Amino acid sequence: MSEPSQPATTLFEKVWQRHLVREESARTPAILYIDLQLLHEVTSPQAFDELKRRGLKVRRPDRCLATIDHSTPTTPPDSDGVYHYHTPEAKAQVDMLHVNCAENGIELHGWDSPHRGIVHVMGPEMGATQPGMTIVCGDSHTATHGAFGALAFGIGTTEVGHVLATQCLLQSRPKTLGIRIEGSLKKGVGAKDVILHVIGAIGVDGGTGSVIEYFGSTVSAMDMESRMTMCNMSIECGAKAGMVAPDETTFAYLKGRPLAPRGEDWAAAVEDWKTLKTDPGARYDRLVEIDATKIEPSVTWGINPGMVIAIDDAIPSGADHSTLDALNYMQFEGGSEMAGQPVDVVFIGSCTNSRLRDLREAAELMKGRKVASGTRMLVVPGSEATRKEAEAEGLDRIFLQAGAEWREPGCSMCLAMNGDSAGPGDLVVSTSNRNFKGRQGRGARTILASPLTAAASAIAGRVTNPLEFMEAES
Amino acid sequence: MSHPGVVESSTFCLPVHNIDTDQIIPGQFLTTTEREGLGRFCFYSWRFDESGNERPDNPLKAFDSVSQQVLVAGSNFGCGSSREHAPWALLDFGFRAVISSQFADIFRNNSLKNGLLPVQVDESVADHLLENPGLSVRIDISSHTLSVEGLGDIEFSLDPFSAYCLTRGIDQLDFLLENEPEITDFEQG
Repeated sequence: MSEPSQPATTLFEKVWQRHLVREESARTPAILYIDLQLLHEVTSPQAFDELKRRGLKVRRPDRCLATIDHSTPTTPPDSDGVYHYHTPEAKAQVDMLHVNCAENGIELHGWDSPHRGIVHVMGPEMGATQPGMTIVCGDSHTATHGAFGALAFGIGTTEVGHVLATQCLLQSRPKTLGIRIEGSLKKGVGAKDVILHVIGAIGVDGGTGSVIEYFGSTVSAMDMESRMTMCNMSIECGAKAGMVAPDETTFAYLKGRPLAPRGEDWAAAVEDWKTLKTDPGARYDRLVEIDATKIEPSVTWGINPGMVIAIDDAIPSGADHSTLDALNYMQFEGGSEMAGQPVDVVFIGSCTNSRLRDLREAAELMKGRKVASGTRMLVVPGSEATRKEAEAEGLDRIFLQAGAEWREPGCSMCLAMNGDSAGPGDLVVSTSNRNFKGRQGRGARTILASPLTAAASAIAGRVTNPLEFMEAES
Repeated sequence: MSHPGVVESSTFCLPVHNIDTDQIIPGQFLTTTEREGLGRFCFYSWRFDESGNERPDNPLKAFDSVSQQVLVAGSNFGCGSSREHAPWALLDFGFRAVISSQFADIFRNNSLKNGLLPVQVDESVADHLLENPGLSVRIDISSHTLSVEGLGDIEFSLDPFSAYCLTRGIDQLDFLLENEPEITDFEQG
């Protein structure tokens, strides 16, 4: 006796299939239903304007969730409780989101919300992000939510408007890229090192046109925060999204969160979520194998996230235009050592690495130590909830006693549009996701790294392998 | 508003791979709530120094928005952020099309929604264009043809639905709205 055989499908195909309002045809793209749209102040005003101009309403305000993160100051309010924005435009943008959400009945987590934070940190924390969902946001790091087995991707502002008005998007089916990661990670190596290594291996455009599924023993052993760090940077190799099949780790993270299903709904949801995995025999359009046991603490040396080396390796030399351009901007000599480069600024934060696990790792390494003189360190928790948890554990005091700045949540120096920026020529070791020229401030030179590497580099005042501070403790 | 369907112009070349959207329009200018007038910020850090004076090495110094409406760039153009401000800035700066051997997905999508044509060609064609700046080209959306002075007609791939919408003046949101009954069925399913 056997069931009628269903074709073996991937996790992506299952989620995609569930959301097809209309199949793709030779002449028209698919119409894909979107379960949740996350909104923030930067990429939404023109979309709300467009709806207004056309006399359209937001179709499903209950499927929208908004917060403020990009343009907001991370410095505390003054004695009157007033937050001081970098520019009047930044304040106007945040004010506009308040007006747009109020007019359309959209839940907004503004200054007074205990859930306010970076959109890709607060969504999962609230339990809004759930397996099998389609999730979009006018932000390329929306792939973060794929850590839960959701199909989550970034869109432009015109498409933000499409989803506001119709809860749907026109989509052509992407390809699938399986990334199998096997083996135990070395001491001092975490999810950030893994994803930097992956991007270095497949290249900054290696995932273009594809949805990645990360799987294998290394991924299964990761907690949700690590999986989010990994999925978050899928866009940095050009991928549309990154996904991890939901498992007991996922369910344990979600259980009891404010927006997660409750009671009988919870049990039914988990039963359904358990079916969201790639069938044996299902094929990806492309498969990449990564040996996790070989991954070292990894950093970028150049001007895109594909320019990655192990921290103890030499900076590449090369005569091609891209390498020369990168070396020139970074003021590095090809062939010189990365470890030991003097560091001006260390930034721990961003939707990649600002969660409790990241802060704990960094704090543990920094406990009883000081940030090197001449180095500035900024620690920016991802959300109000994370900030409060970190403060309850005393992590803030560890950072402050070390001489670091402990800030309010926001995107901050990841893209430096709120006034938190590095100076021209500053070398920044950053736990964020992009090392593009000028990303963290005009002329600023970014090295992407893990929270452990960032913390070690802050103490030493130089790019430093975290193992230098961890060996003695083992 | 429908696209004329044809862009005829000389090329302007930026022979750099992986030009990200932070280069096209830096994050500091994203506090705008408008989509117009962003051309002044296009490639801002490439054109201007810290004090806002033109850089002596500005690679866009010789750009002429009247005769050079087609940008040719290295591969993986538009990688990085999802900011639609990037195509808005390029259009306002004067470009009507970009030719590259590869585009980042979100940038391509955003461009097509705004009438900026992302023309993806083989590396050999892109290299030829980059090595010979200022060639006359003609881009025809309906026939998916790029005609290059001295190289002849080259077919390029373009999402047929977007091409159809552009040339017929069909708005993609209107198209979605026409499917309202199916969307409602889906929600009730």
